[in-house]
Amino acid sequence: MSNNEGVIYRISGPVVTATGIDARMYEVVRVGHEKLMGEVIEIHGEQSVIQVYEDTSGIRPGEPVFSTGQTLSVQLGPGLLTQIYDGIQRPLQTLEEVMGVFITRGVDADGLDLEKKWTFESTASVGDEVSGGQVIGTVQETDTITHKIMVPPKASGKIKSIESGEFNVTETVCTLDDGTEIQMMQEWPVRHPRPFNQKYAPDTPLVTGMRILDFLFPLAKGGAAGIPGPFGSGKTVTQQSLAKYSDAQIVVYIGCGERGNEMTEVLDEFPHLIDPNTGKPLMNRTVMIANTSNMPVAAREASVYTGITIAEYFRDQGYDVALMADSTSRWAEAMREISSRLEEMPGEEGYPAYLSSRLAEFYERAGRVETLNGDDGSVTVIGAVSPPGGDISEPVSQGTLRIVKVFWGLDAGLARQRHFPAINWLNSYSLYPQSLNQWFRDNIASDFPEVRTEISALLKVEAELQEIVQLVGSDALPMDQQLTLEVARMIRVYFLQQNGFDPVDAYSGVEQQYAMARAILTFQEEAKKAMAAGAVLEDVVNVPARIELMRARFAEGYLEKIEGLVEEMVSQIGNSVEAQ
Amino acid sequence: MTSKEYKTITDIKGPLVFLEKTEPVAYGEIVTIRLSDGSTKNGQVLDTSDDMVVVQVFEGTEGIDRRAGVKFLGDVFKLPVSKGLVGRILDGAGRPRDGGPDIVADEKADIIGAAINPYSRQSPHDFIQTGVSAIDCCTTLVRGQKLPIFSASGLPHNDIALQIARQAKLKDSDEEFIVVFCAMGITAEEYNFFRADLERTGALENAALFVNLADDPAVERLITPRLALTAAEYLAFEHDYHVLVIYTDMTNYCDSLRQIGAAREEVPGRRGYPGYMYTDLAMLYERAGIVKGKKGSITQFPILTMPGDDITHPIPDLSGYITEGQIVISRELHQAGIYPPINVLPSLSRLMGGCIGEETTRDDHKKISDQMYAAYAQGRELRGLVAIVGEDALNERDLQYLKFSDIFEDKFVRQGRDEDRTIDGTLNLCWELLANIDTKYLERLDDELISKYHPTEKKE
Repeated sequence: MSNNEGVIYRISGPVVTATGIDARMYEVVRVGHEKLMGEVIEIHGEQSVIQVYEDTSGIRPGEPVFSTGQTLSVQLGPGLLTQIYDGIQRPLQTLEEVMGVFITRGVDADGLDLEKKWTFESTASVGDEVSGGQVIGTVQETDTITHKIMVPPKASGKIKSIESGEFNVTETVCTLDDGTEIQMMQEWPVRHPRPFNQKYAPDTPLVTGMRILDFLFPLAKGGAAGIPGPFGSGKTVTQQSLAKYSDAQIVVYIGCGERGNEMTEVLDEFPHLIDPNTGKPLMNRTVMIANTSNMPVAAREASVYTGITIAEYFRDQGYDVALMADSTSRWAEAMREISSRLEEMPGEEGYPAYLSSRLAEFYERAGRVETLNGDDGSVTVIGAVSPPGGDISEPVSQGTLRIVKVFWGLDAGLARQRHFPAINWLNSYSLYPQSLNQWFRDNIASDFPEVRTEISALLKVEAELQEIVQLVGSDALPMDQQLTLEVARMIRVYFLQQNGFDPVDAYSGVEQQYAMARAILTFQEEAKKAMAAGAVLEDVVNVPARIELMRARFAEGYLEKIEGLVEEMVSQIGNSVEAQ
Repeated sequence: MTSKEYKTITDIKGPLVFLEKTEPVAYGEIVTIRLSDGSTKNGQVLDTSDDMVVVQVFEGTEGIDRRAGVKFLGDVFKLPVSKGLVGRILDGAGRPRDGGPDIVADEKADIIGAAINPYSRQSPHDFIQTGVSAIDCCTTLVRGQKLPIFSASGLPHNDIALQIARQAKLKDSDEEFIVVFCAMGITAEEYNFFRADLERTGALENAALFVNLADDPAVERLITPRLALTAAEYLAFEHDYHVLVIYTDMTNYCDSLRQIGAAREEVPGRRGYPGYMYTDLAMLYERAGIVKGKKGSITQFPILTMPGDDITHPIPDLSGYITEGQIVISRELHQAGIYPPINVLPSLSRLMGGCIGEETTRDDHKKISDQMYAAYAQGRELRGLVAIVGEDALNERDLQYLKFSDIFEDKFVRQGRDEDRTIDGTLNLCWELLANIDTKYLERLDDELISKYHPTEKKE
C-alpha cells in the first residue's frame, strides 16, 4: 500500500530528508506545515531526499511531507506570452499581489490565468480524425502571435464535438469519441522533452542584426550557441540584444541566478521596444523567467527546464523560438550546491559527475524539427557561460563547447577598450556557415561567402602583423602591410563594433552588413591602386568620404546611402593620386 | 519546549557543536550555549535531524565543553530595528558597542532577508555625483546600485570610500545619504580611521555602524553584514531614507565562510571556498536596490581586497558576476603617486547607460566617456610598445594617444582628497584634455558634439 504522507527527518539548507513516504523520483512533494514545494531527487530505502524550492528556515524534523503523485510540470496554453515567471512558473506579478515586494514562501500560483476568457476559433470539425500535436483551433494571444491549440501529444481519435467561443483555459473546447476532453491548457513535465516527428538539419540563419554574429559567426535556427565570457565583457548585453533583435517569432528569456535589476530593466524596456521584424512591442512575443541569484537555488536548477519546455511548446505550434539562458553557469552551480548537500562524490571542481550529461541533454532539446502535425518549428538555444576568472578550461565551458556548434567568445580586453560587442573574432567560431551558405547566396548576394572569407582572412593577417608591430613599430612595415593594418582597423572600428544602445546602429540587416563589408573591400582595392600610382597612405586613409562613410552608420537610412558614399570615396582616393 | 536546556553535546569541532537527542529543532533556529563558567555564547542551527543537530557558534567554541547547556530559542535570528539605530555603534552581533543603551525595537526583522521580487523592483536611474571625475564620467554611480571597490593590500581604498560617502549627492540636490557602515574583520586602526573621519565630518550622527574587528570571532562576521543590511532595509523601506551601505572587507567575510565550510567537511570549490559562495554573496549584494512604491533606496559600496592583486581570485570574481560593475584600484597608479588611483579600464558601471545623457547629466556624457576610455586604452597599450621600440617608431596618431594617456592620469584621474568636482566640470575637463588629440582621430565623437563642446573647434 502506498503512503502519501510522511515526516521530515532531517533539514540541511534546501535539502530535506523525509521518511515514511512512497514517492517516485522527481515527484513533487509538499514539505512541512507550510506545504513548501519540493522535488524528490534521491531515494535511500525508507528515506526520500527532497530539494525544496523555497527557504527552509524554521522548518523542524517531525513536520509532515505530502506526496502529490505528479512530477514537476508547467502549464501550457494561452497567457504565457508577456509573462514573467520564477523558476517554477509562478507569475511574479501574482507573487507580488500575494506576498508584497519581498518573496516569502508557501504560496502556490498557477502559471496561467485560469479565469481569463480567450476567444477560441476552431479550425477542425466534428468527425475529423486527429492525433497528438494536431491543431484544432486558434487564439489570438497577442497582436502578433496566434496561439495554436493542439491535441495533447498522447491523445488521438475522432472529434465528437468542438466549439468556437469564449473559454477559459480549463474549459473543454473539444471532445474526442473516446471521451477525451481537450482544454486549451496542457500540462507537461519539464524534465521530459516534448515529442516531435524528426529533426532536420538547420539551413536558415537566425538573423540577429549583430554584424559580427550574422556575418562572421552565424547561428542557424534550431542551432545552439555558447557565449562564455568573464564578468563585464557584455554577456548580458549581448543576450538582451539577441532577445530584442533576433528574427525568432517567440523569445524565451531565462534569467538564471543573475541580477534582479537586470530583469527589471528588461521588464521596463521590452514593452516599449519595437520588434524590427513585426513593428509591434517586443513584449508580445516574449516569455521571461527570472530566478535571480538570491532566490532559492533549487528553483534556479528547475528554471532552465521550465524555460525550454515552454520553448518546445511554441515550437510544436510551428514557430521559430529562440531561448536565451543567462547564465548556464549559475544553473550548473545550483546543481553543484545540491549535489554537495547530497554528499555525492564530486567530479571536476566540485561539480557533480553528471554535469556534462545534463548540459548535453539540455542543449539537445534545441533543434529544427518536423512537429507531430507535420509543421516546421525550431528552438534555438543561446546559453551564456560565466567561467570563473574568464578561464574557459573550466568544466561548464568545456561541457558546453563539446555540444554547441557556435562559440561566441567574449573578451575582457576588448570590453576594456570599449570595443562592443566584445566578441573575439580570432577564437570564436561557427560550424554552420557550410549549411547556411546557400541561404546567404540566395537571399543576400551570390558572393556572400567569399566576402566573408576575405574579411576574416584580413583579420587573421592583422593579428600576425600586430605581433611584428609590437616588436618594431608600424612605421617599419612596408606600405602594403601598413595598408592592411588600416583596412583591418576599418573592419574593427566600422564593422565589428556596434553600439547596442544606439537606436540605429543596434540593428544591422544582413543586406546592410554585406554592403558595409563590400565597402571595406572596395576601399582596400582602390587604396592599393592609388598607392601603386604614387599616392601616400596617409592621404588615402584620410579622404573625407571614408570618414563620412564610417560615421554615417549612426544615421537613419544608412543602407541607401552606402553606395553613394563609396562612389565618392573612390573618386576622392583617385584624386589623392593626382594631388601628388 | 524552548526553555529546555540540553546537555547532550557529543562533538565540538572548530566553530561547530554537535548534539543529539533533542526535540525537533528548526533549521536556522537561534541557540544560546551556557558554559560551565556561567558565560553564554550564541549560535545558529545549520543542520537538523531526529538524531543530530549541528550548531554554528558565532563567538567561537573556545571554552565550551561537553557539559555546556544548549537552549533553542524557537526563532530564527532577528535584529531589533528602529530609527534609533541611526547614530549608534553596534558590535558584529548587534549589541551596543558605544556604551549606549540597548536598541528599543519598533519591530524585529529577520536578518536573512527575503529576496526582492524582480517584478517589484524599480530600475535605478538617479545619477549620484561623487565629485570624483574617474567615477562620475567613466563608472557612474547610480542610486540603488551595488558597486564594489576592488582593491588590494596597501592601497587607499578606505580614503576613496570615505571621500565618496562624504561627497555623494544627487545632482542639483543637497539630499544626503544615511551611511550604514559594516566592518568585518578589519583592524582597530582602520576602524578608528573610519570612525574619526565620520566624526570629523559630522556624518556619524547620520550613520549606523556595525563593527566586527580582526580580533572578534570570525564566525560572527557571517552575520554582521546581514545585520547591517537588515538595518539598511528597515531605514530605506520603512522610513524612506536613502541609505549608502559601505562594507569592508568582503575578503574577510569570504574567509569566514570558507572556515565554516571546512569545519563542516564540505566539498570545497575553487581555492577551498565553498561551492555555494556565489549564492551566499548574492544574498548580500542583491539586497541593494529600489522597490516600487517605496521612497528609500539602498546603494551598496562593498570593499574587497584582492589577494595577490588577482582579479580572477574567487572573491572578486564571484563578486563581479553579481555586482553591477566594479571600481578597480591600481597599484601602478598608486605607486606613481596618483590619488585616487582608479584604473578606469577594468572598472565598469553596468547601470551607467540608463542614467546618463541629456536629461540627467549632459548630452555628450556617453560619447565623451567612450572616447576618453578608447583613447586612454590605446595610449596605455602603446606604452608597452614604446618601451621596446622608442617613440620614434610611432606615427603621429599613436604619439598623440601616448601623450594623452599621461595627461589622462595626471589631470583627469588625479584630484585632491577633498576636491569635489561637479559633473559639468568633469565633462568640460574631458573636452579640454581631448583637445590634445587631433579631431580626426576622435572616432567616437560626432561632428555635432565637436562643434558644440570642443574648446578649439567650437562654433558658437
